[in-house]
Amino acid sequence: MTGAVLASTAGDVFTWIVWVVAALALLTSGLAVVLFTNPFYSALALVLNLGSLAVLYLLLSAEFVAAAQVLVYAGAVMVMFLFVIAYLGGRADAPWAGGPSVTKLAAIVAGGAILVEVVVAIGLAAGGPLSTAAQIGNAFGSPKEIGRLFLSDHLLAFEVTSIILLVAAVGGVILGAAARRDEKSAADQPKAVEG
Amino acid sequence: MSGPGISAYLILSVILFVTGAVGVLIRRSPLIVLLALEIMLNAGNLALIAFARQHGDGAGQIFALAVMVVAAAEAVVGLGLIVAMSRKKIELDVDTLANLRG
Repeated sequence: MTGAVLASTAGDVFTWIVWVVAALALLTSGLAVVLFTNPFYSALALVLNLGSLAVLYLLLSAEFVAAAQVLVYAGAVMVMFLFVIAYLGGRADAPWAGGPSVTKLAAIVAGGAILVEVVVAIGLAAGGPLSTAAQIGNAFGSPKEIGRLFLSDHLLAFEVTSIILLVAAVGGVILGAAARRDEKSAADQPKAVEG
Repeated sequence: MSGPGISAYLILSVILFVTGAVGVLIRRSPLIVLLALEIMLNAGNLALIAFARQHGDGAGQIFALAVMVVAAAEAVVGLGLIVAMSRKKIELDVDTLANLRG
């Protein structure tokens, strides 16, 4: 009995340590994304941000979402971001460039207001509805469970998702093709005048 | 549930969301605005998954996966627009962008 209690306490302490490390990495890298001057460093900080989020998802027993987060987000989407940033060159002004303007101050005040408001709302609910978590089985968050939900209760969401991806892919190709056509016609313009 | 409770995750998610929102509002480079938008979407995802755990209901995780797909689609279109802007030699500054016409 004492051994089991000790083991659960040790597990609890370990979970807390992992949580605190992941939370610190999450908040620091989030701030870093917003404050870095070079967009390349911002994108790399976002990779760290997404990685620490995946750790938190694992602590919340969302194994499949954590894996998808690392594969899709930290893998595919961020590689696309880094390619575009490398293509455009690392140009961005510092967040504090131009001194404190009214819009920047208003943005920070509004952000602080949202923060205080939601933290107070969470604090009011913390003792009541938020204090208990449901008992879950081992299957919760597993690929099998996610697949079953996607193909039964949430089939419509699944199909709409595929349409969104198709539209985004077509849109990306059209934007790229239009930009290239404009570039070509701009390059041909002086020759046509000379001829 | 061992470790911190749901409210700890929710407070983390709010702080992250506000970081992203302030980033969207104060930065002028559209690339960093897109990155800050991703932070906001991920803060929403964290709250969804925390609530899914609290209620023991997988629907929140399904919603988080759908948000992930929308974020990927948004990144494709947003980055396509930024590349098109740079090819048209439009300055990459969201404060000076006032025209949608090409």
